[in-house]
Order: sequence, then C-alpha cells, then structure tokens
Amino acid sequence: MTMLPPSSPKKLGLVIDLDICVGCHACAVACKEWNDGGEFGPLPDENPYGREPLGVWFNRVHSYEVEPAENSKPPMTVHFPRSCLHCETPDCVTVCPTGASYKRAEDGIVLVDADKCIGCKLCSWACPYGAREYSEVRGVMQKCTLCVDRIYNESFEEIDRQPACVMACPTRARHFGDLGDPDSAVSKLVADRGGYDLMPEMGYKPVNKYLPPRPRRDGCASKAAVPLEDKVDFSTSPLLRWMDKVLSR
Amino acid sequence: MNPALSVIFFTVVSGTGYGLLFLLGLGLVIDPQIAGRNEALTVLAAGMVFVAAGLLASTLHLGQPQRAWRAFSQWRSSWLSREGVASVCSFVPAFVLGVCLWRGDDANALRWPGVLLAALSIVTVCCTARIYTSLKTIPAWHNRYVLPGYLLFGLLGGAVWLWAWHGLFDDGCPDVAVGSLGLPWLVCALSIAAALLKCAYWRHIDSAPPIATPESATGLGRFGTVRSVEAPHTEENYLTHEMGFVLARKHAARLRTLALILIGPLAVAFATFALFTHSQTLISICAFATALAVTAGLFVERWLFFAQAKHVVMLYYGAPR
Repeated sequence: MTMLPPSSPKKLGLVIDLDICVGCHACAVACKEWNDGGEFGPLPDENPYGREPLGVWFNRVHSYEVEPAENSKPPMTVHFPRSCLHCETPDCVTVCPTGASYKRAEDGIVLVDADKCIGCKLCSWACPYGAREYSEVRGVMQKCTLCVDRIYNESFEEIDRQPACVMACPTRARHFGDLGDPDSAVSKLVADRGGYDLMPEMGYKPVNKYLPPRPRRDGCASKAAVPLEDKVDFSTSPLLRWMDKVLSR
Repeated sequence: MNPALSVIFFTVVSGTGYGLLFLLGLGLVIDPQIAGRNEALTVLAAGMVFVAAGLLASTLHLGQPQRAWRAFSQWRSSWLSREGVASVCSFVPAFVLGVCLWRGDDANALRWPGVLLAALSIVTVCCTARIYTSLKTIPAWHNRYVLPGYLLFGLLGGAVWLWAWHGLFDDGCPDVAVGSLGLPWLVCALSIAAALLKCAYWRHIDSAPPIATPESATGLGRFGTVRSVEAPHTEENYLTHEMGFVLARKHAARLRTLALILIGPLAVAFATFALFTHSQTLISICAFATALAVTAGLFVERWLFFAQAKHVVMLYYGAPR
C-alpha cells in the first residue's frame, strides 16, 4: 500500500553531527556488514573482487570543502554521511506501483518489501537524497531500514537496540531516537544545536536532522595569515639577537 | 538519467500506437465511412501491436518482470500503476471495435467503442507522461512542456503511420479528400507543432533556474560555497550509473538538430511533396519515408529526454550547480 499513512506521533530517525564527524566511514562499513547478514540482507556486490566492484550501500560518506565568502576566514572541510532520511511525505513511497515501498504507520520508517518489488527503479528516481540503490543481483530496490531488525530486537541488550551505524561511530556523531517526541534526547539536541533538514525546498519533510559544524574559533585565520618566521622573537636571547643581526645584513 | 533502451522503446512505440488508436477511434466516430473495413482493421491491429510491444518492452526494464502484475494495484497513488491500468483497459474498447468492424456493424455500433478507445488512448498517454512529470527531482521532466509533448509526439507518430498504412488501401476509401489530402495536411500541422514544442522545451530546460544547490543539499550554505572534495567511493555506484549519465551532454547539440530535422522539416517536406504529386506510388513512398523519419526522430528525441535530464542527487557528487 503506497498511500502515505497519517502522520504518526512516533518519528524514528537519526541526528548526524557534522561538527564532529571525522569521515572515517565506520558507519558505512558497519551498515554494510550488518545488513549483509541481517533480516533484510543480503547486500550482494557485483564483481566484488574484480576491477570495478559495484554494490549497494545504505550509507555513503562524502567530504566537502566549504569556502567562506570572506577571504579572511579559512575554508572548512566537512564530512557528510548520507543515508535515507525517512521523510514524512516522501514521493519514493507514493510512486511505487506495487505497494513494495511503504512507510510504517507506527514509527515512520520507510521500507521496501523485497518480495513485492518489481525493480522498476522509479522510487530511486523520486528520491533527491540518493537513499535508494538498486541491486542488480537481487533485481530489487534496497534502502536503509533504520536497522528495524536491531532496534526492536528483544534478544539484544537494551543498549544494543540501535542502528549499526550509530553503534559503530567512534566520535558519537550519530544519534538515534524519536524525533516526534519533543522531550527525547535527539529532539533536544536538534533544538540546542539548530539541527536542520536537507533540501527543505523539495518539500519531503525529512525526519533525520543534521547538526551544523560549530563556528571555527576566531584567530585561526589571522594567525595563519602571519608568516611563521615573523613570530620568532629574536630579542629573547643574546644568541638569537646576534644571529638576527648577522643574517639581516 | 541513464537512457534505458527498453523505456525509450516503450514510450515511443506505445505512444505511437495510442496515437494510431486515437485517430482511428475519433475518425470512425466522426465518419464511420472514413476507412474501409480492411483498412480500419489493419490500423486497429497495428495500433494494438504497437501498444502491446511497448508494454512488453517496458517489462524488460524490470528487475523482477514476473511480478509485473503487482503494478496494477497502487493506482490510487502511483502514475506508473495508473498507466498500467489504463493501458489494459484500453484493450477492451479496441477488441470490441475490432469485433464490430469484423462483423461489418453499422455506424451506431462503432460509435461507443470508438469514443472510448480515443478517450482511453489519451488517458493512457497522459498517465505515461505523468510518470515523468511527477518527479520533482528531475527538473527536465517536472515542467509543463512534457505532458503536451507526450500527447503531441504520440499523435504525430500515429498520424504518420496512419498515412503510411493508408497508402496501401486506396480501394477502401470513398472519401478521397480526407484520405489523400487530409492526412498529409494533418502530418504537416502536427510535425510543425511538435518541432516548435520541442524547441520551446529545450529552451526551457536550458534556462530554468536550478531547483537546489550543493549548499541546500548539504545545508552548509550558511558557511560559504560548497565543493565536493572526495566522493564516498572510488568506483561507480548505482546512483552515478543511473542518475549521472553524461554521454549525451557531449553530443546534445548535434542530436537535437538531428531529432528536429527528422520530426520537423523532413516530415513537412515529404508531406508537402505528396500534396503536389498525383502518382499514388510516389505518395505511398513519401508516406512510408515520413513514418520512418518521424519514428527515428522520436527515438532520438526520447533518448535525449532521458539522457539530458539531470537528477538533483548528483549535487552530492559535485555536479555543476
């Protein structure tokens, strides 16, 4: 059923902190590993050991350089993990002709039923975030499940009932929780840090939020602008004073 | 977007088929004597074969074609599903019309299946177009030129093939004015309209402002200009294969000219020549040449429609803004 369910009070999703992500790709690798063996797997690769391996990953980490408008500020490198945002009003669900692509009414997770998918790829065309990747090997569309087979898994310890990407992140740049509940830890984090939506102009109302990098400390730029050798204070020792005098001749 | 041959074949051939069926249905409603029994049956069969071939080709695009029947279920939300439902429905009046023509029924019997066939042909082509125009992520498809384009190109394809078949049945048509003169005129008019619409479409997609930027895609615009320095993967992936197709952009200008000449001036030249000659053989040759030229032009045009369409996701991969 590809009609969207009525907006659910529970909106499970991720909050990704671009301030502390170091771009190590651990989330992407942990995701691939978990989902390859998990309930929704496998995620087979084409030609995995050949010249041009190709395969589905639910999580991709980009790196961007941000050049400020003012020349005085140094450019900034931002590592940027990209995965399904589990949008509130996604077209990837409604375009599906078979009902394979659906949004869960109870928690808002967007999933693909691999047994119903005909592999027409239309949903991947409808997604601006590149969240869906088609598996040539399985002939169906695949996407992030928000580790639905982990987060409700009662055979796991409570602390382990989180998506694999969140568990793997060494800098705690990824947070999982209910973004529909204003009192949840993730909602507070979003409120405190000014968490934002990607491409809000598309109108799909992503549930996942991104936390902006904190402003870089002032002074970095002005210090960097001064040539290093000028910072050596030659007046501090007689030897340096003498050297400076000789070399300045 | 990656121009999958199965989808190009599907949209061009089924569009042409529906153009044929529309013109036949409408023609029989306006004047049941417009075509002889054999001609009408041939055109009907040709239209249905075109439509069926297009639909079958579209299943080649699927990863799990054996489940294609499931695509009829989500007509409440999905234009692809609606297209499937409408196309199957259109076979009903087509079959009824075929039976009526076969039995030699009178004009009244042909009216309703004719009206329904013409209407469902339009509905189906509209659904096909809406599959593409409903995608906000692809500005080259999500605009007001695309739906009229699909209708007009389908009609043009139908008209040229109708003219081509007509040359083979000079016995069955009592209305010489419509048969010999009407169709070349119709082809001329549709061909000029289609060429103008395509030019307007190209001008639009070349000048339309971007719907999103690397800054809005990453949300980092507040800090400055965003530039991709490292992709997430060294090899290609599904996204770069499917959405990052760049071959056509290199040859775009040349292919556009080719499509335009085939659809516009060449078709008009053949049709005009046919208007001024009295040799039935020459007219038939002209008609077939026009049909082949226009169909080739439609394939090039449709290939460009896919290949030149840019997907917004490529902003993440450093696509020029």
